[in-house]
Amino acid sequence: MLAIALALATTGGGYLLVLAIIVPAIGMLSSLVIGGRHAERIALTLMPAGLGLALAIAVEVWVTGQPLVYIVGGWTPPLGIALRADGFSAVMLVTAALVIAAAGYFARAGFSTPPELAEKRAPLAFWTLLQALWAALAVVFLGGDLFNLYVALELLTFAAVPLVCLDGRPETLVAALRYLLFALFGSVFYLLGAALLYGIYGTLDIVLLANRIAAEPRVAPAVGVAAGLMTAGLLAKTALFPLHLWLPPAHANAPAAASAVLSALVVKASFFLIVRLWFDVMPGLATAAVTTVLATLGAAAILFGSVLALRQARLKLLIAYSTVAQIGYLFLMFPLAIGGHPWSAEAWSGGVMQTLSHAFAKAAMFLAAGLVAEQLGHDRIAELRGVGRAMPMTVFAFGLGGLSLMGLPPSGGFAAKWLLLQASVDSGQWSWAVVMLAGGLLAGGYVYRVIAPALASASVAVTAPVSRRREAVALALAVGAVLLGFAPAEFFDLLQIGRPVATVALQ
Amino acid sequence: MSAATLAGLTGTALVGLGLYGLLTDPHPLRKLLAFNILGSGVFLLFGIIARKGAAAGFAADPVPQAMVITGIVVAFSATALAVALLLRLFQETGGATLNPDAPAKTPGADG
Repeated sequence: MLAIALALATTGGGYLLVLAIIVPAIGMLSSLVIGGRHAERIALTLMPAGLGLALAIAVEVWVTGQPLVYIVGGWTPPLGIALRADGFSAVMLVTAALVIAAAGYFARAGFSTPPELAEKRAPLAFWTLLQALWAALAVVFLGGDLFNLYVALELLTFAAVPLVCLDGRPETLVAALRYLLFALFGSVFYLLGAALLYGIYGTLDIVLLANRIAAEPRVAPAVGVAAGLMTAGLLAKTALFPLHLWLPPAHANAPAAASAVLSALVVKASFFLIVRLWFDVMPGLATAAVTTVLATLGAAAILFGSVLALRQARLKLLIAYSTVAQIGYLFLMFPLAIGGHPWSAEAWSGGVMQTLSHAFAKAAMFLAAGLVAEQLGHDRIAELRGVGRAMPMTVFAFGLGGLSLMGLPPSGGFAAKWLLLQASVDSGQWSWAVVMLAGGLLAGGYVYRVIAPALASASVAVTAPVSRRREAVALALAVGAVLLGFAPAEFFDLLQIGRPVATVALQ
Repeated sequence: MSAATLAGLTGTALVGLGLYGLLTDPHPLRKLLAFNILGSGVFLLFGIIARKGAAAGFAADPVPQAMVITGIVVAFSATALAVALLLRLFQETGGATLNPDAPAKTPGADG
């Protein structure tokens, strides 16, 4: 009962959660109202503020050792809505703020409106949508109510889809439309599941729902149906194999800064909700059968995505298929981290670490690929010979990102895969370890396919040189992915705060 | 058969029809219509749940009704966005199909 009382009252620092949502929301609205020329300035001013808020939330969670809670309007759930931030939310908020700030700084070259030029629609749309996406992500990471999270997911989709087709080419429109249809299919399934849960338990607040489900000696079969529907819907939005078909064209055709945000953050938001659903709301229902199905799909995604990445002719499509594969790793945490086993904490840290390190590494690689495409006028892998000489910093950023994807030390990807490997060995679930190692080798293969010709001694025809600063942004993100590999023990303590197993044990 | 059962069966039928259309129909506009039918089925289900939760002098639980209103707004915005994308696609290519080979105006693009 202690856990419920804590989850239903505003804690100290709870106001930070509100600020983390309204700062990007204010930015989005004022960008739209004040208009084109100022949208960029508003976005770039608010990004450091948002990052500061995210860091403040992380520090507050870490210092108090408890999730932060804010009860909106003082109306306690089930009637009102709670915002909550545990360790996972806090690190996701910080990652989102960092990646969005990097993408924003990177995008200044393509989406700025200098005083001498007339305003255009694309920059206004880009800056408004970027901030809308940021606000939606904050709601997803902080939301404590399943219906509120549905609205947040939809806002995220509505911001992400137009970013795909910002340049209006027919193939980007097709990619955006296909993405939207998959996302709508996903959200309506999620909503149907939420409706069933409300019908049975009369609340959609995560903590109250978890308690009511845990208190039942035998849960109704409809709860299982609801969980299945919601998971299926969220899997479509996360693009887990075999529901990944929309992802490669959408992520590969978007502008580089948008691709980075979509691949690094947007697919993680629906994954975050799958974790919330199975770990927080109904850990009792996450039987071996359920987690094995999720992890098997993940394993299939790793192998299938990596093999397809090996066969792509275009750099951005290769990176997009690599996202399909890396999403697979996230789902390996389900059979390993559910329950109160000695290895669960390890697997949980590994899964969260994979989410974070992939975000940094993939954002760096998409930005690097965008720079290559700008400088050469194409991104055909067969014609990349010698690009390492023309733009060493960019190729280095791509390589460092690749290092993390392969899971080589020192990098965040290594830490993530090492923790997951250890958990799978400790728990005796060897098959996941084999898949992880095979995935690492395949990732080595597709990164080598790009790096080897890039480092060849040849000269490439440069059409439009890119600025050093933008190369530095890509490199900074890649260095971030590497630095995660050096995370101190305190960082892992932060990830464990509010870890659902602990709350269940408390009740 | 009570009114609630009838409404429940209607909702189920709408969900089934919508899902069938969304999965099998190749045309994006028809997929969009199917999504709206599917959504109506889900909203109807919310209505029944509201009726079921009637208590304390209310004819129905107001919370699911509030959710339906939000859901309708979201579905409407989604439909508007999809229609805008479809119209733009039609203007650009003269057709509206999700077949990636169809927009043949830009050679060399394999997206």
